[in-house]
Amino acid sequence: MSATARPARKERIDRGIKVRTEGIYALMSWRELAYLTVPRLVLIVGLLSLPLVMPGMYWKRVISIVCIYALLALSFDFLAHFVGLVSLGGAFFVGTGSYLTAILNTKLGLSPLVSIPGATLIGGALCTLMLLPCLPLRGVYFAIVTLMYPLFLARVIEALDILGGTDGIMGIDSFPSAWLEQYFVIIMLLLFLFAVRRLVNTDLGLVLRAVKDNDQAVRASGMDVTRYRALAVFVASAIGCLAGACLVHIYMWAGISTFALDFSVLPIAATVIGGSGTLVGPLLGCLILVPVSELLRDFGTLRIVFYALILLAFIVFRSEGLMVYGQRKYHQIERWTKI
Amino acid sequence: MDILIYGTINSVVLALYALGFALVYGTSRLPNFAHGALYVLSGFIAWSALNTLGLNYFISIVLALVITAIIGAVIYRVFLIRVRGMEISEIIASYAVALAILEGLRWGGFKGMTYTLPPFIEGSTTIAGISVDYQRLLAVGIGAALVAFLWVFTHYTRIGLALQGMAQDERAALMLGIDSDFMAVVAMGLGSALAALAAIVLLPLGNIVVESGYNVLILAIAVCIVGGIGSWAGAVLAAFIIGFAQILTVVYLGSHFQMVVALLAIILTLILKPSGLFGQQKELEERV
Amino acid sequence: MKEEPLLEVREVTKNFGGIIALNRLDFTVDEGEILGIIGPNGSGKTTVANCITGFIKPSSGRILFRGRDITGMRPHRIADMGVTRTFQIMRPYYSLPAYKNMVIPLFSPRARRTGGWRGGGRLGDRNTVGIDILEEIGFERDSYVPYKVTATLPTGYLKRLELARCLALKPELIICDEVFSGLSMSEIASMVPLIERLQMDGITLIMIEHRLRELFKVANRVMVLNFGEKLVEGPPAEVMADKRVREAYFGSESAEEVMKHA
Repeated sequence: MSATARPARKERIDRGIKVRTEGIYALMSWRELAYLTVPRLVLIVGLLSLPLVMPGMYWKRVISIVCIYALLALSFDFLAHFVGLVSLGGAFFVGTGSYLTAILNTKLGLSPLVSIPGATLIGGALCTLMLLPCLPLRGVYFAIVTLMYPLFLARVIEALDILGGTDGIMGIDSFPSAWLEQYFVIIMLLLFLFAVRRLVNTDLGLVLRAVKDNDQAVRASGMDVTRYRALAVFVASAIGCLAGACLVHIYMWAGISTFALDFSVLPIAATVIGGSGTLVGPLLGCLILVPVSELLRDFGTLRIVFYALILLAFIVFRSEGLMVYGQRKYHQIERWTKI
Repeated sequence: MDILIYGTINSVVLALYALGFALVYGTSRLPNFAHGALYVLSGFIAWSALNTLGLNYFISIVLALVITAIIGAVIYRVFLIRVRGMEISEIIASYAVALAILEGLRWGGFKGMTYTLPPFIEGSTTIAGISVDYQRLLAVGIGAALVAFLWVFTHYTRIGLALQGMAQDERAALMLGIDSDFMAVVAMGLGSALAALAAIVLLPLGNIVVESGYNVLILAIAVCIVGGIGSWAGAVLAAFIIGFAQILTVVYLGSHFQMVVALLAIILTLILKPSGLFGQQKELEERV
Repeated sequence: MKEEPLLEVREVTKNFGGIIALNRLDFTVDEGEILGIIGPNGSGKTTVANCITGFIKPSSGRILFRGRDITGMRPHRIADMGVTRTFQIMRPYYSLPAYKNMVIPLFSPRARRTGGWRGGGRLGDRNTVGIDILEEIGFERDSYVPYKVTATLPTGYLKRLELARCLALKPELIICDEVFSGLSMSEIASMVPLIERLQMDGITLIMIEHRLRELFKVANRVMVLNFGEKLVEGPPAEVMADKRVREAYFGSESAEEVMKHA
């Protein structure tokens, strides 16, 4: 627009194809069908084929780590954007899941394929129980408590020298086969990604979103807000515990480092960068951040400074996130119109 | 008897930690998760001024105070003010600031136990048969003086009254011509200065370690939650309760459990009386 | 023979720090009537609503609903018993379409038990039931109105949405907190028949209002509050003629002036 042109404003219109395919379930052409399914197919096929493309064990393992962080980021995004609870301590879930599966595996001798689901469910219940006191209250308290739990648990384990103390629990079985090890996490991630997406769009998901927007109105409608928050926390913590359990069976070791700051901070950074609220955005964020953090491994804790600064920049200046931006481009046309 | 003395000292220490956080949260409703980071930062500034630049101790302290206050205010003005009102973003943003500062310091080489600040007065005295450092006594004295000073400040000076007004009802304060944005920056600056003051007084008692950044934050939050938001009296009382509880666990259970006491205190408060000891119920009701 | 009143508020007092919002307030509401609560600003009207519905705990006194003590019960338990309210500061779920707002109350245990307003007893698909309720309330079914994003609806519709939210619970009592405020004359004119229809359906209403003329068209009885105390109670005409009420609203000196010009 030249400076001498009449003033103009930017206008955003949903693309025709989006309007036709949204809310109306009669798809009339291959093009419309493709519009809806192609992004999802790209995601699924892309993720599944990544291990095949990557050269070498090192990068294959990085994929697994990406998926584990993506699970954590998914749980953070779900809680923060759809329920209004900010979990500053993803490490709490990872640590709980990892120790639980280690115990189930070494003390009870259960195979990983049993101990992982077990750790997921028991861990989810345990974490929810421990977070119960702050659920009737405002979101700030949840943030504070989740911040503290990993620090305390690490301290307690170290001090009491239980559960292996500073050495951790060793001798944990790994997955029965290498392919399983590689693909189990990926499939879990895809499963939960679509599951949470579905959940959020059901009536129950609407209620959870309502709890975030206006919990007084939900109370006035005869529903116990604490119960619904507990449900959401159970789902999110179960996902986090799953991530921790998988981590442990890949590395065959569980220790205090599973309560490390990394697991708390990187999911948050990934979500903010990737686009909060989209549930896929966090995955994108992890795909970017985890390899970068691997490359920065030599710089020690500078990694965390790095995440923190990027996080800060995004939160404060441009909190849209990549995925949200991408979705906007995909679904809407922007053009300049004269006023 | 020694429990009494150590308990009192510990309680005043906790109160010192908490004052800066309480001020900022009470005034601008910002949970300043960077509080602990500012505490540690000021310690390092003082240390650097003292050792790297070779300045006089007194000047180093003043420098640390002033610089920390300015840094705090600048951080607020540049970053946090943009997310003002959005609770989730405020928490994440201030936490990110804390991480950046603390881990940055850790990476910058401030690892290990070798960094210390010398105490103001060497030597110790005996009270009721127990040996107490002068520095500790000084800390208690300064702590008590600070609480008194803050009370006077918020009740009798213009800025203090403006801050109190904002704490009670921001809209009303705006209508009275108090620029709430500017006041929030001032509050943050003051809160940072308080953190720095606590650091200056307390760090000579031990080492400057990055971990204490997280510990101080958690203890400050514990005191504010137990005492109730917006109440100086509550914070002081809470500091004493937690302080003595900590000393008792150290004596009877072992020193590892100190922090667990803080966590338990928070959980108990949230279960029994979420608004804290003297917290104003207004928090929970104002939204209806 | 007088039946047991639906709601009894007995000697309820509420202190906020030094401020006495309600001072030994005592009144009853019979089933099927419309009680109006009026009074100057700050007289404690919204506090009454909050106490009855459990959002605030009274400092002393008791509140009984159908003989059951509901004082200090949690809000969702009270709503589950059929005592609902609208909010003075409306907060619908702005980013959702209008009919989706209904899904949330229809998810509650009470709605599931009773099937929502006009529901036979079992709840069908929540979207459909939601739109049915909206239609009853005055959203034209075949238009695009129920599907509009809530943020774009005018105030009149939003107020109706608040009422619809209550209706989804098949309530026995609705406390309407200033439903007439912020509406244009035509919007109010269309609200009044709606209120009357609700009464005909057997719902008891407590209406807290400032717009006296419209209130007096529908209310059976009116109660005047001042400084948290009950000043007068009775049929609308009686209440407005009472000198104390005019004094409360206009102040004692100007009450004389108003009387001269009235």
